[in-house]
Amino acid sequence: MAYHVIVGLEMHCEMKSKTKVFSPATNAYTPSANTNVNEIDLGFPGILPTLNMECVKKAIMAARILNCEIPKKMMFDRKNYYYPDLPKGYQITQNTMPVGVHGNIDVECNGSIINVSIQDIHLEEDSAALDHLDTMSLIDYNRAGVPLLECVTDPCITSADAAVAFLDTMCKIYQYTDISDADTKKGQIRCDVNVNLQDDNGNYITPKVEIKNINSFANVKNAIIYEYERQSKAYEEGKMDELIQETRRFDEETGTTVHMRSKVDAIDYKYFVEPNIPPFIIDDEFVKEIASQIPMLALERKQMYTDKFGLDELSAIVIVKEKSLADYFENCVKIGIDAKIAANWLNGSIISFLNKEEISISDFYLKPEFLKQIVDSLNEGTISSKQAKEIFNKSLEERKEPKEFISSDNKQISDEKYIEEVIDNILANNEDNIAAYQNGKTNVFDFFVGQVMKETKGKANPNITKELLHKKIDKS
Amino acid sequence: MTYLDKDLTTIHEALVNKEVNPKELADEARSKIAKTNGKLNAFNLVIDNEEYKESDSILCGIPYALKDNLSTKGIKTTACSDTLKDYVPVFNATAYEKLCDSGALLIGKTNLDELAMGGTGTTGNTGIVHNPWNISHMAGGSSAGSASSVAAGIVPYAIGSDTGDSIRKPAAFCGVVGFKPSYGLISRYGLFAFASSLDHVGVFTRNVKDAAIIVDHIKGYDKKDMTSIRDMDDVSLVNGLDGNIKGKKLFYIDEICNKDNYDNPKTKEMLDNFDSLLEKAKDLGFEVYKESVDIKLLNAIKPIYDCISCAEATSNNSNLTGIPFGPRGNGENVMDMMKDARTKGFSPLIKRRFVIGSFILQKENQEKYFLNAKRVRRLLVEIFNKLFEKYDGLILPCSSAGAPSLEQASDKITRNDIILENHLAIGNFGGYPSITIPCGFIDKMPIGVNITGKFKGDANVLNMAYALENTLEFKNQTAKGEF
Repeated sequence: MAYHVIVGLEMHCEMKSKTKVFSPATNAYTPSANTNVNEIDLGFPGILPTLNMECVKKAIMAARILNCEIPKKMMFDRKNYYYPDLPKGYQITQNTMPVGVHGNIDVECNGSIINVSIQDIHLEEDSAALDHLDTMSLIDYNRAGVPLLECVTDPCITSADAAVAFLDTMCKIYQYTDISDADTKKGQIRCDVNVNLQDDNGNYITPKVEIKNINSFANVKNAIIYEYERQSKAYEEGKMDELIQETRRFDEETGTTVHMRSKVDAIDYKYFVEPNIPPFIIDDEFVKEIASQIPMLALERKQMYTDKFGLDELSAIVIVKEKSLADYFENCVKIGIDAKIAANWLNGSIISFLNKEEISISDFYLKPEFLKQIVDSLNEGTISSKQAKEIFNKSLEERKEPKEFISSDNKQISDEKYIEEVIDNILANNEDNIAAYQNGKTNVFDFFVGQVMKETKGKANPNITKELLHKKIDKS
Repeated sequence: MTYLDKDLTTIHEALVNKEVNPKELADEARSKIAKTNGKLNAFNLVIDNEEYKESDSILCGIPYALKDNLSTKGIKTTACSDTLKDYVPVFNATAYEKLCDSGALLIGKTNLDELAMGGTGTTGNTGIVHNPWNISHMAGGSSAGSASSVAAGIVPYAIGSDTGDSIRKPAAFCGVVGFKPSYGLISRYGLFAFASSLDHVGVFTRNVKDAAIIVDHIKGYDKKDMTSIRDMDDVSLVNGLDGNIKGKKLFYIDEICNKDNYDNPKTKEMLDNFDSLLEKAKDLGFEVYKESVDIKLLNAIKPIYDCISCAEATSNNSNLTGIPFGPRGNGENVMDMMKDARTKGFSPLIKRRFVIGSFILQKENQEKYFLNAKRVRRLLVEIFNKLFEKYDGLILPCSSAGAPSLEQASDKITRNDIILENHLAIGNFGGYPSITIPCGFIDKMPIGVNITGKFKGDANVLNMAYALENTLEFKNQTAKGEF
C-alpha cells in the first residue's frame, strides 16, 4: 500500500517585549554576555516571578490568529528538570491550560492553500544559552527568561515543503503582529520535528521520531527528507527493528539525523501548577480588545494586492514578505502613487538599495511622500526616467528631499522659445556642419543635440530639442 | 539599665528622650549575644556596625534580628545549609528592605532548621538552638533563633517565616508572641522558598501590640510578589487594637480539645490550662463555642502538609546545584557536578524530603498523592472558611505540651497526638492570620494558645489576642532560664 510522510511541528519563537517574561531584565539581543540579567533570571534563592502582561497579550493575539480556543483562565505550570542552562531547576510554562488550544491556520504551499491544525500554543520562558568550547562550557544568562511562544501542530503535515511553508507563515504572522522579529539568523526560531510514515488508510506504519532543536528552515526540510528516506528504506526492506520511538538530532555537516535517546529514557518533567502566579480570569472584553488590534496579515494582503491593485503574483509575494515593505507599499498607494508604479519602484530600485546597504525599509530615507515627488515629476514629464533614477540616488546620498533636485538644477527645460534661441546660436556658428549634415552625414545630428545639452547643462528636454533641430536643419 | 527586653514603645520613648542612643542599643544587643550565644546559639552572624536610615518611624534605631532565610544584600544569608554557607545575596527581601527604610537596625541573622525545613531548631548546619527558659530544651523550629533571641530579651522583635507552624510553634515553646499574617500581607520576595503556597513571613515579639506595629511596617502590596494582597495597604493593624471584643465569637474543635482522646498527663494539663483560658475569655466578653470537624480530615492535616510541602520544596530548591552560585561540585560532566554539589550540600533529613517530594510529583504518583493532597487541602479550607463566616476566630492550644527536651527532639512524630501537634498548618492551608500568645507554664516551660481568623481578618485576630493577652500575666515576659 502507498504511504507518505507525516509531520508534526513544535515551533519555539522568542518574543519581542521590553522586559523578560517573568523578570524586569531587558529582553533584547546583545553581544555582551550576562548583561541583561537580574537575580530572577539567575534563579537566586528567594526570587519570585512577575508575569509580563505585554507577553500575555501577544500570546492571546497569536492564539486568536491561529483560531484557537482561549481558556477562561490564565495559569502556568512548572516543568522540572536539571540542566545547567536552567538556573531555577524548572521552567515556567503552560501545561494544564495553554493560552490557545485546538486551532488551525491556512498556509500557502506551492500555490495551493493547506490547513494546518494546531494542537496548542503556549507561553513560557527560554533557558540560558550554552556555548561549548573545547575545555569548558560558558553560560550566557541573557537568554534565560526571554519570553517564548511554543506552537504545537497536530501530526497533519504531509511534506517537507508544507512544513517549511507553515513555519514561514508563522514567522510572517509573528512579524506582522510585532509578536517577534522571528529572525532565524538570530536563533529566534527553533523547531522540534516529529516524523513518521502513514499509509493511505491513516495508519502509522513506523514509530514516531522526534528531531530536536533545529534552527533553520533548510535544516527542517533536510531533516524531514532524510527521515522519510531512512524510515521508508527500513520499512521497504523489512528492517523494522531499526525503527524505534526515539529522539534524534539533525547533524548539519552530514545532513543526517543521529540517535539521542529512546522512549524508555524519556524524562518525567513532574509538571505542577506554578504556585507563585495566581491563576487569573481572561475575560471576553480583554480578548476582544486584543483581537481588534490584529493587523491584516500577509496572505490576506497578498490577495488584496493581486485582486484589487492588479499586481502580478510574484510582485505581491515579494512585497508581503515583510510587513514593513507591505506597509510602505500601502502608504504609497494611499497617498496616490499608482499601485503598479509603486510596486515597480519597491521591487526594483528600493529593494536592491536595501539589500546593498543591508538596511531595512524602516531605515530607508525616501518615505512614500518623497518617492511621490519623483513619480509625479516623471508623470508630468518634467524629468526623464533616467533623471528619476539619478534623483533617487542623489536624494539618498545627500539625504535631501527629491524635490530639491527637481526644482533647481535638475529640472528639465521644456521652454521651446529658450531652446530655439540656444539652437539658433549654435547653428549660426556651425554652417559647415549644417552643410555636412544636409549632404548626408546624418550622425552630425547627434553633434547638434550634444551642443544643446552642453549649453543647457543637460537640462533641455531632449524630445523638444530633437524636434526643433529637425525642423531647422532637415531639408524640406 | 537594659532596654531591649522592653516593648517597642518604651524603647522608642527612651530614644526620643535621649536616655539612650541607637549605638548603645546595638552594643547592648551585641553584648547580650556575646554573653548568651554559646548557650543559646540563636545567632550565626552579628552585624558589627549600627548603620540605619534616619526616619520618624517608631522602629528607627532599634535593633532587631532576622531569620537567616531572608535575602540581605551584601550580608551572608545561609538558611543554615552547607549549600549556601558562603552565599552573599545581591538583592534584598522586601520585608527587610521595608525595615531598612523604617530605620530599623539589623543586629544579626538567626539560626534555623536547614532551609526552614524542620520543627525543632536542631537541624541547621550551625548546630542546635536552645530554649532560653531551659537550655536543655529545644526552642522549636524552624524559626528557632528568632524565637530564642526575643524570649531571651536580646532583641525586642525578630522576623521569622512560617510554612507549617515555624513561627507559632517556637513562639509557644519560648513563651513569646508569634504572628503569621494572612498569606500575601507581607511580600515573600527574598524569602528563601520552602513551599511557596504555604510560606509566610511573620514576626516574634513579646506583646501583641508590637507584633501589630512590626507587621504594619513590613506589610503591603509588592509588585515583585504576584500573590501579595493589593487591598490592605491602608489597613492599620495597630490602630485596630482597641481591646473591645464584646460579643466576639471564638470556637474550638472538640476532636482536638477533648481530654478523653489523650493519655499523656502533660497534655491533660495543657488542656486544663486551655479550659481555664476559655473561662477567662468568656469573662472578658467573648462567646466561646464548641465545634466539630470530621476527624478523618483532621488526621489528614499532617500527611497533606507533608505531601504539598515536600513536593514544592523539591522544586523550589532545584536551583541549588552549585552552578550559578554555591560551592561547585566535582564530576566528569556537569550532571555529575550538580549531583555531587547536592549530595554534599544537604543533610540527610533534607535529602529525604526532596526524595519524598520528587516521588510525589512523579507522573504515576501525582494524582494519588499530590493532587489528592491539594484536594483535601481545599476541602479543609472550605470547611474553615465556612466556620470563619460564623465565628471571629478559632482558639486552640499550640501543642500537646511545652518544648520537648533535646533528648526527645526528633522530627519523626510517633506520638498519638498528631492532630494537636499539627493543626497550626490549617493557618497555612488557608492563608489565615494566626497568632500565638503565651498562656502559662507546664513544668516551668512556657506554653502558648493560638487564635486564627478568616483570611484578611488580621486586625480582628490581633485585637482578640490583644484583649486576651491583657487578662494574662505573660505580656512582655522574658525567659527566666540560665543562659
